[in-house]
Amino acid sequence: MLKIIEIEARLFVRDRLNSLFAILFPSLLLLVLGAIPALRTPDANFGGQRFIDSYMSALVVFTLVFIGLQRLPAVVATYREKGVLRRLSTTPMHPARLLAGQMVVNFAAVILSVLLLMVVGYVVFGVDLPHHPLGLACAVVLGGAGTFALGLVIAALAPNARAAGGWATVVFMLLMFFGGVYLPRFMLPSVIQAIGSYTPPGVEALQQAWLGTAPDWRHLAIMGLVSLVAGTVAARTFRWE
Amino acid sequence: MAIIEMSDLGKRYGPRVAVDSVSFEVAEGEIFGVLGPNGAGKTTTVECVAGLRTPDRGSVSVLGRRPADVRASIGVQLQDSELPERMRVSEALSLFSSFYPEPADWSERLGLTEHLGVEFGRLSGGLKQRLSIALALVGSPRVAILDELTTGLDPQARRDTWSVIEEVRAAGVTILLVTHFMEEAERLCDRVAVFRDGRIVALDTPSALVSRVDGATRVRFVPSAALDVSLLEALPEVTGVSSVGEQLVVSGSEDLLHAVTSLLARRQIVARQLRVDQVSLDDAYVELTGGRHVEDH
Repeated sequence: MLKIIEIEARLFVRDRLNSLFAILFPSLLLLVLGAIPALRTPDANFGGQRFIDSYMSALVVFTLVFIGLQRLPAVVATYREKGVLRRLSTTPMHPARLLAGQMVVNFAAVILSVLLLMVVGYVVFGVDLPHHPLGLACAVVLGGAGTFALGLVIAALAPNARAAGGWATVVFMLLMFFGGVYLPRFMLPSVIQAIGSYTPPGVEALQQAWLGTAPDWRHLAIMGLVSLVAGTVAARTFRWE
Repeated sequence: MAIIEMSDLGKRYGPRVAVDSVSFEVAEGEIFGVLGPNGAGKTTTVECVAGLRTPDRGSVSVLGRRPADVRASIGVQLQDSELPERMRVSEALSLFSSFYPEPADWSERLGLTEHLGVEFGRLSGGLKQRLSIALALVGSPRVAILDELTTGLDPQARRDTWSVIEEVRAAGVTILLVTHFMEEAERLCDRVAVFRDGRIVALDTPSALVSRVDGATRVRFVPSAALDVSLLEALPEVTGVSSVGEQLVVSGSEDLLHAVTSLLARRQIVARQLRVDQVSLDDAYVELTGGRHVEDH
């Protein structure tokens, strides 16, 4: 299993464009936005915070949905389409382990990306370190699980890698919208804000854990439920060839 | 001792019957060929042996067990199965080695050593094929299943691969070989099963299959003096005589040449422009699968 993770990690790193984008982009975007004076001045619109403070959670959302929906389903569907999973079925190792390795590596990329964002935010703009580190960890793990599970459902149901990419992009866009990546959440109608609290990866829980007091356990529970349901659907419907 | 036993195997995909009542046994150390046109059920059959598919009917065992229970002892090379584009040859070899208790390195004998750093997506078709063979053998299997082993290889690489297969067999590995190339089957296989429409229509050694064909040998010559055709026809080895201009074409069994030349010698006739053609496994295969003469189904 370690060997699988090692090789999956090498493949991830070798795909420079995607891996760098996933890990660096949120921090770069933070730097760009923070370069605009108005966005690093406290404002009543953001509840007395600065725009960049309120946008931290959206950047985490971006990382999670990019990796969970733009990378994971495409890689998994391609593995199936190219017969990689079928080939592994003939060995003593079950192909599910390859998918497990794939998820470990992707999740490691999520953690790197979030840590980098935390450091850049703190060092460059003095964004608070997470107020509730355990809560943030839970929100990232459960939100990531929910998003990855959705990605796997798409990989399971899509007839081929192209379709998987297309479907995943639609879901990617929707989740970015509800997660306040396109438009900051304070600009969204309250109903959309409410929906965003419950769609993976759960922007509200991320924001509350980072700069509020603690994530709402109901939001976390919903993410857990989404992961469970989507994970089950993916496992039930997944085709190995 | 039979290392692979298949009895009365049946498999259908929806309404389409892929394989119907297929039975055979493969002895330890044997190279067993699986021949037949596309869609004849070859791949489904070997996939059942590889434990990739569960038969609807009948049974299949490898080393006396269910194939899925002895995966570590079965090495498989599949048609149309690729690796991740950016995985290097060395990574593929080390990844697959990690799945087996006793890995073996065939990369040198397959000429892969200079290509270890190359990514799978950049390998030529021939190198992909060789890597796929190396991966089939990486677990030191007791049974190797090779599907379309040399498809995509140039003639030289094909011959090199054949010697590798002979080496593998010399190491005691039993081989199930699916192929389109009769030359390959003739050269490598101890026995071959010819598939047609999901059934085995013939199962024998390559030379026995060839001798089943009527008029397996053909002798052509121009006699130096007039020769009574009925004398030729009277020979027990002869099954047919025809003439093309001056040339006589005599067909018959394996000992035909000797019988014809003896007759000519007794009559003091010289056979000019003498040519002998042997029916090949190719011809036998076409007869068995194309249904030109064969009525049995």
